[in-house]
Amino acid sequence: MVQSEAAPPVIEVRDLVTHYGPREILHGIDLDIRAGEIMVIMGGSGSGKSTLLRHLLGLKRATSGSVRLLGQELTSMSELQLYEISKRIGVAFQGGALFSSMTVGENVMLPLREHTALDEDTMRIMMRLKLEIVSLAGFEDLAPSELSGGMIKRAAFARAVVMDPDVLFCDEPSAGLDPVVSRALDELILSLRDALEMTIVVVTHELDSAFRIADRITVLDQGRILTVGTVDEVRNSDNERIQNLLNRRFEEPELDPEAYLARLVGGEPRLA
Amino acid sequence: MAGAGSSVGKALEGVGRSVAGSVASLGFGASLVLDSVTWLLLGRRRGQRVRSGPVFAEMMEIGIHAIPIVTMLTATIGVMLAIQGIYQLRQFGAEGQVVLGVAFGMTREFAPLITGILVAGRSGSALAARLGTMTIRQEVDALQTMGINPVRFLVVPSLLAMLVMLPALVIWADLVSLLAAGLYVSADLGMTLTAYFNEVLAVLSAGDVLHGLAKSAIFAVLIAVVAIVDGSNVEGGAEGVGRVATNAVVHGITAIVLTDLVFTFATTRG
Repeated sequence: MVQSEAAPPVIEVRDLVTHYGPREILHGIDLDIRAGEIMVIMGGSGSGKSTLLRHLLGLKRATSGSVRLLGQELTSMSELQLYEISKRIGVAFQGGALFSSMTVGENVMLPLREHTALDEDTMRIMMRLKLEIVSLAGFEDLAPSELSGGMIKRAAFARAVVMDPDVLFCDEPSAGLDPVVSRALDELILSLRDALEMTIVVVTHELDSAFRIADRITVLDQGRILTVGTVDEVRNSDNERIQNLLNRRFEEPELDPEAYLARLVGGEPRLA
Repeated sequence: MAGAGSSVGKALEGVGRSVAGSVASLGFGASLVLDSVTWLLLGRRRGQRVRSGPVFAEMMEIGIHAIPIVTMLTATIGVMLAIQGIYQLRQFGAEGQVVLGVAFGMTREFAPLITGILVAGRSGSALAARLGTMTIRQEVDALQTMGINPVRFLVVPSLLAMLVMLPALVIWADLVSLLAAGLYVSADLGMTLTAYFNEVLAVLSAGDVLHGLAKSAIFAVLIAVVAIVDGSNVEGGAEGVGRVATNAVVHGITAIVLTDLVFTFATTRG
């Protein structure tokens, strides 16, 4: 499924540095995501994976560095150009982000309604087609509040792929779901890639899910990339931090008595 | 010494931060209005036109659904103004002049002010809460990544509906309050309703009614923009949403009352 390395990457990140206020979150990220692959970006809480995703989506502007999506530079793009390229990507947000004022069907149809000149019947057919893919046929007239957590995520997938995007982004697809539903979502991601030939970027902290679906895995830790590799390469990595992450080992924070004392008194470290 | 110095410094820093925050909010509000006008005018050319459906839905919610409460409150205020007016003027034996006070007071001041406060409480808070919830639940992000401009999709319909419906409600409030006051005056002073309305029409000029309507149009923009700025500044979860809804009401009413003073001062004297 993975195309040759010669094919131009769908997403190209170069030396991406970003801040939240004065705090530097990502410290120079380099990453290539190839056409047709499922790339899982994995890391613990606070590793910067959500921030990286926001940059890939153009939701946040970088301090420095470059993000190219489908051959176009996101960091210097105007708002209107960003909207244009947005039509070629789909995003399934963590909580679904379905609009509560609309039915499931209207949610899925929204991108079609806003960006195409299709007539109502065609849009309805396309909407039902996508709901069929995510096994939600017949649920189009329900409100999002009437769906279970797993169904909301699947509806969000349907909305994300309704425009047949080139790239599909999934934010924590299995977070907060029971193992069976989470497994079904993984299967869904695999079948979307196979059936619709999309490039898929998944951000997750769930190891099992990552190993099940990934072609390649990027391990992010404290705003840096630890490794990028296939499932086996990551599994067999001899990097201590990766092994800690894989074996769910808690990491002892380094002990610095001076800094500890300074934190307790709530000021700058005092010179003796 | 150093402690006192640093606490003064902290206090000053706090003042500085809140001033900077307010200025940033003002700037954001102004850019929202500009952005809204731009999308309204250029949306179709950019392939993102403002749809009429959401505008009408908002108009229903902001305007039509507010009619019962606006009717009740402004009718009550009309009657109270008549009672107080008659009480005051009786001191000079000039009860008949109450019509003058009621007509000017309602159209120029109370109808727009009371309606504005009511709409800020009803719709300003609802708008802020909705925007806050949508921000927290990443629905605004979802719009962006679907290539849909949130200002065009969420802000313009609310702003437009507010701008149409608040003045419309004020016209209704003028009518209702003058009628209610008239009923009381006719009962108390034995004046017929026809005579009362003839007098109202004789003293009121179009300028007086327009004065009130112009104010209400400004109030409309203030309520909507304040609600949207507050709503999109949401932080935290459900309690954050509650906080921005409260903020929207407090800030909205403050903005209305202060603007009312400035507008009235600038247009009424001389």
